[in-house]
Amino acid sequence: MSSSVSPEEGNVASAEEGKPRDADYWARNVSSLKLGRVPSGAINLNVQGKRPVGPLQGFGAMWQKTYRVRLSGVKVQPTAVIKVWKEHFPEFWPKGNRFYGPLTGIAPGEVGLINMALPGGVPLSTGVMILYADDESFTFMTPQGHVFAGWITFSAYEDDERSIAQVQVLIRANDPLYEIGFRMGAAKSEDRFWENTLKSLATYFGVEAPEVETQAICVDRKIQWSQAKNVWHNAGVRTTMYLMMAPVRVPLRWMRRRNRPEAK
Amino acid sequence: MPPAKVQMTARQVSARVSIIDIQGEVTAFAENALMDAYAQASSPTTRVFILNFSGLEYMNSSGIGLLVTLLIRINRQKLRLFAFGLSDHYRNIFEITRLSDAIRIFGSEAEALDAAHMP
Repeated sequence: MSSSVSPEEGNVASAEEGKPRDADYWARNVSSLKLGRVPSGAINLNVQGKRPVGPLQGFGAMWQKTYRVRLSGVKVQPTAVIKVWKEHFPEFWPKGNRFYGPLTGIAPGEVGLINMALPGGVPLSTGVMILYADDESFTFMTPQGHVFAGWITFSAYEDDERSIAQVQVLIRANDPLYEIGFRMGAAKSEDRFWENTLKSLATYFGVEAPEVETQAICVDRKIQWSQAKNVWHNAGVRTTMYLMMAPVRVPLRWMRRRNRPEAK
Repeated sequence: MPPAKVQMTARQVSARVSIIDIQGEVTAFAENALMDAYAQASSPTTRVFILNFSGLEYMNSSGIGLLVTLLIRINRQKLRLFAFGLSDHYRNIFEITRLSDAIRIFGSEAEALDAAHMP
């Protein structure tokens, strides 16, 4: 038995005629990312002009990982958890990792810059686009060159009269170098990153000794060899090369300015 | 887990093609409904699955994740996944999430069926 709706009826609209209920929660389609003002001191690389990529565009095996922390002993609504998480997002990140959020806050279509160090001390400048944001969740989408291609969803929900804060990633390593890194231990570092983030969030709300539960599912073991070319955008390699060139870049810039014809 | 606000029903339109009609909200809570509908839509001769989004009322980013895991299951069996009935808004979502790179989108059920029955 079918309960289909006639195609001519189209998608059901909200009270505002023709506008779906989730219309304001999604980013608009963009061909490449545009970064706003960047604080001085931040390394601004590998974001501007990059295309957002989902888990279908990555190279490595596809993983769905879920990290959850129960906010035991405190009474806070899921919407309040998300409000705080959005407002204080960078503060919950482990030390040594910087998230430069958009000035307008975490909202659909905005772009954030990330400066961090990969295992082994490899510096990384990359970013994320806010794909989706509502009162109970928000989702980042990664750009070309990021460690992984995919989505990271931050959410909160109620279970047994307590709020649970959750991070769920659906990702593939973006290119062969990152996939090798994942298999050699970077995946565990990723787990620790999000576990520590959730512990910081829970501690903010007054939870004592928060415990994070982690679940990992390999959704697709298949390597997408056609995406090996993604290595061209590898943000770790590009950031390293940029920093190595720093001793040469400053004198070069000075020489170019010196050789510029004088303005009348 | 709260009850899903979605109804998904499967219909086999031919030996090769099955359609899953979606009515309601596609969020994380729709996982069981989607997988049940997929199981009902499957037969030894099914080669193409078509999702009918005409009755879609709401979708969040977790819902998109569900579609990806469905796509992976279907592709693993070397079968295909199509879609029709998407409004401009949901087409935009398919494009920005790059789901449209992997799921062919058609303007109507008839167009989707024509493509599905091509060798």
